[in-house]
Amino acid sequence: MSNNKKMYDKGKVIAGLCIFLILITFPFWYNLGKAAPAPKLTLTAKAKAAKQCVLPTQTMKADHMQLLNEWRDSVVRDAKRIYVSSDGKEYHMALTNTCLDCHGARAEFCTKCHDYASVTPYCWDCHIDPKEVK
Amino acid sequence: MESSRRSFLKIAGISALGLGAKPVLDVMASSGEAAKPETIRDPKALLAKRWGMVIDTRKLQTEEDLKPMIDICNKIHNIPHFENHLHEIKWIWSEEFENDFPMQEADFLDDRLKHMPFLTLCNHCNVPPCVRVCPTKATFKREDGIVMMDYHRCIGCRFCMAACPYGSRSFNFRDPRPFIKKLYTGYPTRTKGVVEKCDFCAERLAVGEIPACVEVSKGAIAFGDLDDLNSEVRKLLRDNYAIRRKPALGTGPSVFYIV
Amino acid sequence: MLEKALTGTKRYYGWMAALLAVIGVGFICYLWQFTFGLGLTGMSRDVSWGFYVAQFTFLVGVAASAVMVVLPYYLHNYKAFGRITILGEFLAVASVSMCILFIFVDLGQPIRIMNVILHPTPNSMLFWDMIVLNGYLFLNIIVGWKVLEAERNNVPPAGWLKPLIYLSIPWAVSIHTVTAYLYCGLPGRGFWLTAILAPRFLASAFAAGPAFLILLCMLVRKITKFDPGREQIQSLAKVVAYAISVNVFFFLCEVFVAFYSKIPEHTEHLKYLFVGLHGHGVLVPWMWASLILMVLAIILLVNPVTRKNETVLALACVAVFVGTWIDKGLGMISGGFVPNPLNHVTEYVPTLPELAISIGVWAVGFLILTALYKIAVTIKEEVEGLI
Repeated sequence: MSNNKKMYDKGKVIAGLCIFLILITFPFWYNLGKAAPAPKLTLTAKAKAAKQCVLPTQTMKADHMQLLNEWRDSVVRDAKRIYVSSDGKEYHMALTNTCLDCHGARAEFCTKCHDYASVTPYCWDCHIDPKEVK
Repeated sequence: MESSRRSFLKIAGISALGLGAKPVLDVMASSGEAAKPETIRDPKALLAKRWGMVIDTRKLQTEEDLKPMIDICNKIHNIPHFENHLHEIKWIWSEEFENDFPMQEADFLDDRLKHMPFLTLCNHCNVPPCVRVCPTKATFKREDGIVMMDYHRCIGCRFCMAACPYGSRSFNFRDPRPFIKKLYTGYPTRTKGVVEKCDFCAERLAVGEIPACVEVSKGAIAFGDLDDLNSEVRKLLRDNYAIRRKPALGTGPSVFYIV
Repeated sequence: MLEKALTGTKRYYGWMAALLAVIGVGFICYLWQFTFGLGLTGMSRDVSWGFYVAQFTFLVGVAASAVMVVLPYYLHNYKAFGRITILGEFLAVASVSMCILFIFVDLGQPIRIMNVILHPTPNSMLFWDMIVLNGYLFLNIIVGWKVLEAERNNVPPAGWLKPLIYLSIPWAVSIHTVTAYLYCGLPGRGFWLTAILAPRFLASAFAAGPAFLILLCMLVRKITKFDPGREQIQSLAKVVAYAISVNVFFFLCEVFVAFYSKIPEHTEHLKYLFVGLHGHGVLVPWMWASLILMVLAIILLVNPVTRKNETVLALACVAVFVGTWIDKGLGMISGGFVPNPLNHVTEYVPTLPELAISIGVWAVGFLILTALYKIAVTIKEEVEGLI
């Protein structure tokens, strides 16, 4: 309500702002110089032999999550379960029985990168990696 | 120039995915380098206008008779077994006449019928109340009449359980996986916090197989297109008197019982 | 104005700290539920909604009842209520906040809550409930805040507030109507399948909310220098008197329809609640207590001699609040699920963590309520030159 331009409690405000800045940038300070090396993706013999995934490798790297979302909607909601890639190849859209069949264990193929990128998708809460079944 | 426009479209499309899910498939197609990838039905898939089931209860007299159907369903759908009955998950199970047909209870019902076990499962209603109440379309009715669950989308509000007049729905009160005796890798499990129920083996129909319970029923259960006059289910309904559960509610169950 | 909530007496700080402690316990229990699943609660396949949804239902009523002070003041120019509209509106804000939290803690997959907006489904009553509850929350925050600010600055409220105030009146009715529609449109749930469910909800709301507001007014008078006023309290008391009478009347209508028609689907739920079914009846003593409290309240409130005695009035308001809370917060939801559609009886009893989470949500509501009332009352005191 006051027109007085003087800043009240200057010291407290500035100290507060400093603490806030330190706290909010804490993750950067904390992790400084500790960057983990990017994991190296190893392809299974089967995947190597196939040469190409359902989409070009770059697209798969960048957009596999969107593709999987589309697959899941197509399978669950539209009852269309076969994917025809642009080169005419047909794939059953199935995380366990198609993706993992070619790419091997999810611990190697999925989790490594997801851990590195610090993302935790919940695919495997429901979908099963046969290699993990006792 | 052309390529930068293309990559712009690509980036724009992909960023839109976050909001409106612009399909990756379309983006790929817009590059115009090859045929557009597409998703199709398996040519072997079984199709119908309205799937329905006719259970001939004359051929299913005892719990022993029902066991193979219940067991196979539990096995291939990774149904967990909870000791705590509050958390039970049931897709297909047995009930007595008065529980399945409370509006048709008869005081002087034949003792045989009175204590006979009846197969109980989702009715795949023609006018499903569960679909009407779902706030996310996680449960929806397919064009072939199957009332499906999309476990990926369910928020676990359990409105559908309140709406179902048949008690056909179960909720995952906790992580079901430790309670599955033997994991079946051909079908996913569910996660805690979502609702589930019988889906008429949609995953089997998609590859040309009839529902598992029908397959092991030794002819006691018929499955087919209710809209097709020449189907086996319609023939059975022509030749026999069959009842449905709570028909007065107007839900139009697709499961019939010959008694 | 917010700064008024940051300064106060030791007692104020102590109360807020105590609430924060309760919220903390509730929050820890919620984290437990979040990781374990809703199996931590007493809910089951048969009784798939429990304490959370019941509290939500009850509190929607308390929220809607703000209209009982807003309507007479703004539509009928009943000046006396001008002193307490802000208390009604801020009570609504706190109640709706609790409602939204109760829905949230009831979800099996809370992180997917945005699916309701991502896949909007107008045929679901829950979709509309989301819209009306959030709308009502914002209406009351904006109207309450701006009117209070105008009062503080000694200027008339901005003109653009008028349409919002008028809108908030039918909106209040809508929140409880839509909440009743969640239940009363479900086939095969005989207990809820009644056209007077929404009117019943409104009647119990207009009893419970103003009763609670009377108690709050008395408390404000006791611990602050601001007096909401005797006339205001007495007018509210009349609202409570007739609303609780109508509520009991509606209930008796339900009993008549069920037991004169003798349709089992309708009688069995009432039997379960009031005499027990197949040997199960955890709610029987509660339901009778509720009925007795409500009838007692009618006697005390309709009679002018007892109503005008503020000590008796306070007791009657407690009776109304507790009675309607049992009716809606315990019986209404469980009663609809027992027996289940297959005529099996599975009873529901909330678990301790479930209660801790519920109390935590109530504490959030009281924290919001206290802070808002602190602001409102301090400004009233300033304006009236009491401090």
